[in-house]
Amino acid sequence: MGAVGGFFERNGLLLGLYLLFGVGFWILVLIVLPQLAMLDLSFRHNLPPSLVGGPDDVYTLENYRHFLVGNPGNPDRLFLFGWDTGIPFNTIDISVFFRTILAALAVTLFDLLLCYPLAYYLGQSNIGGFGRIFLLLLVIPYWVNEILRAFAFRILFGNSGILNFLLLNLGIVDQPADFIRADVALYAGLGYAYILLMIFPIYNAIESLDRNQIEAARDLGSPWWRIHWRVVIPFAKPGIVSGCTMVFMLTAGALAAPQILGGPSSLWFTQIIYQWFNTGQNWARGSAYAVVLLFACVGLVLLLMRLFKVKMGEIGK
Amino acid sequence: MSRNVGVELDALWVRFGDFVAVRDANATITGGEFFSFLGPSGCGKTTILRTVAGFQAPGGGQVRIGGRDMAGIGPNMRPTALIFQNLALFPLMKVWENIAFSLEVKGVGKTGRRKRAEELLELIALPGAGDKLVSELSGGQRQRVAIARALCAEPDVLLLDEPLSALDLKLRQRMRAELRAIQRRVGITFIYITHDQGEALTMSDKVAVMKAGVIEQIADGRTIYNNPATPFVASFVGENNVLRGKIRAVAEGFAQVETPDGLFRGRLRTDATLQPGGDAMLFIRPEAIALGGGAENRLTATVEAEAFEGQATHLQLRAAAGQAIKMSLVNRGAVRDAHSGSCHQLVFAAEQAVVLPAGELVSE
Repeated sequence: MGAVGGFFERNGLLLGLYLLFGVGFWILVLIVLPQLAMLDLSFRHNLPPSLVGGPDDVYTLENYRHFLVGNPGNPDRLFLFGWDTGIPFNTIDISVFFRTILAALAVTLFDLLLCYPLAYYLGQSNIGGFGRIFLLLLVIPYWVNEILRAFAFRILFGNSGILNFLLLNLGIVDQPADFIRADVALYAGLGYAYILLMIFPIYNAIESLDRNQIEAARDLGSPWWRIHWRVVIPFAKPGIVSGCTMVFMLTAGALAAPQILGGPSSLWFTQIIYQWFNTGQNWARGSAYAVVLLFACVGLVLLLMRLFKVKMGEIGK
Repeated sequence: MSRNVGVELDALWVRFGDFVAVRDANATITGGEFFSFLGPSGCGKTTILRTVAGFQAPGGGQVRIGGRDMAGIGPNMRPTALIFQNLALFPLMKVWENIAFSLEVKGVGKTGRRKRAEELLELIALPGAGDKLVSELSGGQRQRVAIARALCAEPDVLLLDEPLSALDLKLRQRMRAELRAIQRRVGITFIYITHDQGEALTMSDKVAVMKAGVIEQIADGRTIYNNPATPFVASFVGENNVLRGKIRAVAEGFAQVETPDGLFRGRLRTDATLQPGGDAMLFIRPEAIALGGGAENRLTATVEAEAFEGQATHLQLRAAAGQAIKMSLVNRGAVRDAHSGSCHQLVFAAEQAVVLPAGELVSE
């Protein structure tokens, strides 16, 4: 009772109850329960409402099996190093899945390379007023909603868009370049979508770095790249990991940008999930696919954190 | 690391926008010397240090190290190492990695770096601390690690920016002696920045006293204290009484100064240009004033306050015409010589009084 009593003593009864129920409601009702329902649904058959709760409503691995092997009669087979294993293989869904993960990783890496110098500049130069205006300029475009921004990119990268107009008039190309089909628009849109979530954690981390540390390293003979490698990046690592985690998770789970900017031949894994829920009318299968994506992303992030020796607690800083 | 690499400041100017941080500074720092810049905060002493280190470009004039003009040479290419006021140790590196960072930059292998770090840990009396984190060390230990890190770079000139200011009094006094000992052992030039005159006087071979971007005097500590060049130096270094007046007569290195409290005689500097009738200031140290009679400079004053400090009693007096006088009486026993309200005759020798042309004093 000591800990609980202390909690109420510190915060008072009213605030204590609010914190307890507010946080409890948020975690339990808004996060845990829906995900548990989704998990539960993913192990069920896609039954018409009349059969739900009946003798046929039993747990099954069918939805996960479908992700791996596809429909019955699927002619694709799993090849291992050119050797036909004879096991049916859901080539389309699995390749979209891996392409989504790899593309999200690539977008994350690209955002990191783009944002680190910016965040360093903003965090370390005492530019005062200009710096604040710069940060404001970064934030304001995000007042425009995601779908509008995606459509704006479509216009920017379209056949008769500004980019093609410029390229044509400067004589760099003689045919409009198809940025949509080449997925340039998609990656640009995804890269732009979550850039703030990369800049701010890194900026926050670097801002608290003592400028003397950089000067000390320089004074001891260090070239600029080693200063970053040995002093700035280790210090900013929690911010970098926090930014990368958010950008990766959100990019892998993005729907609007792939839907609007994706070329005709490119499919994002979230689009497949969306199809199962929406046009496919198979929520159970959609849930299974969503669960696969969630666990893959969480697993990958944990793996990378282990690889770069970052503890969970540091990210919250 | 080589001994006898000197530093010269030649007509050095540094400006920040309209603000002149350093105005026409000239100094010759001999190789192997412990040289201090002493001045109140904002006087430009740190700017001089940063200019020597290469973090600040001169707006005019030259910095020469070992006779070589340093213009266009970055901080990472200069034979200097700087110890920052807050030390700026790398918190995410172990102690030995901190110390050997300059070797890592030079591409020295891990065993070589570790070996050198251990040698330096031996020098700073912290053997076995190599694997600790900086945060596990005490203030004085961090101080020593910062010195070792700088020495590891084998600089010809070590620059120290008020490195003792964060330490408590006892530790500061111990580190003074330690710094001085390290300087004697390694034999390289130390340039030391401080606003603490005790530090400057006890450690330095030479002291440059600065005021508002200008070097007022460069001399050894004794000369600075006994023979100040300007009213600012006289009032900034140690306690001093100032008697303002006009020169009556000048003869054989001495001058008579007429003040509201009478006529006083004091020593002139050899470079003095004072003429009879000129505005002058006569400086006399509190410890150079005695109770009693005999000496040629005499005045009567009433004790306003006394403060007993053990080894001495500090008296605050007021002369007849309103002149405030501070004096210190060395404690020679239980007898109490003066107490509040009592009136006394004060005397001081002309040799111990310094007459300077009137000028700006340190602002309290």
